[in-house]
Amino acid sequence: MKEVEESESPNERLRKISWLQRFLSKPEFGSFAGVLLTFTIFIIFAGDSGMFASDGAMTWIIVSSYLGVIAISACTLMIAGEFDLSIGSMIGFAGMMVAIPTKYWGWPMYASIMFSISVAVSLGFVNGLIVVRTKLPSFIVTLAFLYILRGLCLTFSIISTNRTIISGVGDLAKGDWLAPIFQAEVGQDLFKWLGKMDIIATNEGDPLVTGIPVICLWWVGLGIVMSFVLLKTRFGNWIFASGGDAEAAKNVGVPVNRVKILLFMFSAFCAAVFGICQVMDIGSAAADRGLLKEFEAIIAAVIGGTLLTGGYGSVVGACFGALIFGVVVQGIFYTDIDSNWFRVFLGLMLLIAVIFNNYIRRKVTEKK
Amino acid sequence: MSEDNNNIISINNVSKFFGTVIALKDINFGVKKGEVHALLGDNGAGKSTLIKILSGVHNQDIGEYLVDQKPVRFGSPRDALDRGIATVYQDLALVPLMSIARNFFMGREPIKKFGPISLFDQKLAYQLSKEKMAEVGINIRDPGQAVGTLSGGERQCLAIARAMYFGARVLILDEPTAALGVKQSSIVLKLILRAKKRGISVIFITHNPAHAYAVADTFTVLNLGKSMGTFKKEEKSKADIIELMSGGQELENLED
Repeated sequence: MKEVEESESPNERLRKISWLQRFLSKPEFGSFAGVLLTFTIFIIFAGDSGMFASDGAMTWIIVSSYLGVIAISACTLMIAGEFDLSIGSMIGFAGMMVAIPTKYWGWPMYASIMFSISVAVSLGFVNGLIVVRTKLPSFIVTLAFLYILRGLCLTFSIISTNRTIISGVGDLAKGDWLAPIFQAEVGQDLFKWLGKMDIIATNEGDPLVTGIPVICLWWVGLGIVMSFVLLKTRFGNWIFASGGDAEAAKNVGVPVNRVKILLFMFSAFCAAVFGICQVMDIGSAAADRGLLKEFEAIIAAVIGGTLLTGGYGSVVGACFGALIFGVVVQGIFYTDIDSNWFRVFLGLMLLIAVIFNNYIRRKVTEKK
Repeated sequence: MSEDNNNIISINNVSKFFGTVIALKDINFGVKKGEVHALLGDNGAGKSTLIKILSGVHNQDIGEYLVDQKPVRFGSPRDALDRGIATVYQDLALVPLMSIARNFFMGREPIKKFGPISLFDQKLAYQLSKEKMAEVGINIRDPGQAVGTLSGGERQCLAIARAMYFGARVLILDEPTAALGVKQSSIVLKLILRAKKRGISVIFITHNPAHAYAVADTFTVLNLGKSMGTFKKEEKSKADIIELMSGGQELENLED
């Protein structure tokens, strides 16, 4: 800010911009304010209900973490100007692709996991390729995949088991070297110690929360990595450019198509991580897993300040968006409010976020 | 012009056809180092086709295109760019939502290496874009501000400064003042003179004779795909040029 003050430009009409205004114009500001507001509301209405005790907190942290993983990829893809509506179906499909080979083909768990991720990422590649080749809106192309993958999910499940649920997968993961990345908990010793010190609640000496589920680490890890990629690397600049104005970006040599395809692959990868973690956690795969998750991911990204029209947004914001979502969805059970209200709540929040984002966009692009 | 031997780029007897349409017919045209050459013409005169040939988008059907006195045939605008011929189109290839610094280096970001990780060198990008914009006469307080907040003239200058920074010897400006007000236009015209002072050749496409007259050393007037001739500034008055552009029709009568 200091140098900004120093550079006097007598012939230009430039407004002084305070640090506060600058913070307000950051894409993640709105969601940050939203996080504060949401926590304030729930601390007031559910502060003594156990929502913020270790076991209560874990419920909304887990929901936020799962959603956060796909919100991060949805957000980066939206910044690049595209949507992926196949995320939800991909979650179910990736879960099936782990469960079926392990249970019915006798594959070791690590092979099934790698298989599932490769299939998902390849499908992401196909999604992206169709979008950039046909120049059709990704909305429609991925909507097709939403149905295709959900259908395949059901079909494969019925063929293998005659049911839509494949259970008993969790036990097969025991002792596998790759499975812990999607299944383990970390910091169990720490939590034991915290329990011993009476900092967190215990039940007969064992802490109620035994560790941090690995999905939380995925969320935080991917959030840090992608935020870094977006803001600090050349590829990040290409993401903004591709979504901001693909034609302009192409004209200055940005490989727009490559950027978009890679992000579709990343989107599929994140959906696969979601799906595999869920299968490991619950111990079964089901054909209806991930239903409507594509919309939740987009909602989290939008609450996080990402523009639906591309070119503007923040991974940190999307993470905040996922956190708000998780707190509202789970927190409402801890209040006296009827839990059916949560959709109304979310819808309103989405509406406010979109209006706010639109206002910010006008602010940013308006001519002097 | 074509017999002149120190032209950076020149075209000799160039014609271009689109199906049965004769877009350009027997055009001769050349630009020396540090010369501002205005390419004038009304709508449909063939200005766009000519700059597309010069910038490597199209190839001529007949005739020669010389760069540094050697014949060339560009496969793409990228080839032309590699020879230092940069075109700034009307859409400017800028992203309004992105910052000045990010736009300036879009597609050619400076890199800072940390072991295996290469980072976008934001500090350098900020510093250089601020510096280069100052060189073209635009003082920016904050290279982090969105391009959308710049005025039309400033955006034009940003696009030109970017082309100059990335090694343009010949700048082709496609109607840079078309959408601008009087004051904004003068910012751009001043920049053209700055570029000239630095030895950069400028091909300035416009249909505004006043703007052309203000900065250009030589003029080529196109009308319906044909050249109405190339003139030095001393040879013709502004009124002569307006008459040539309109194909000899009296335009002054309307002014009564």
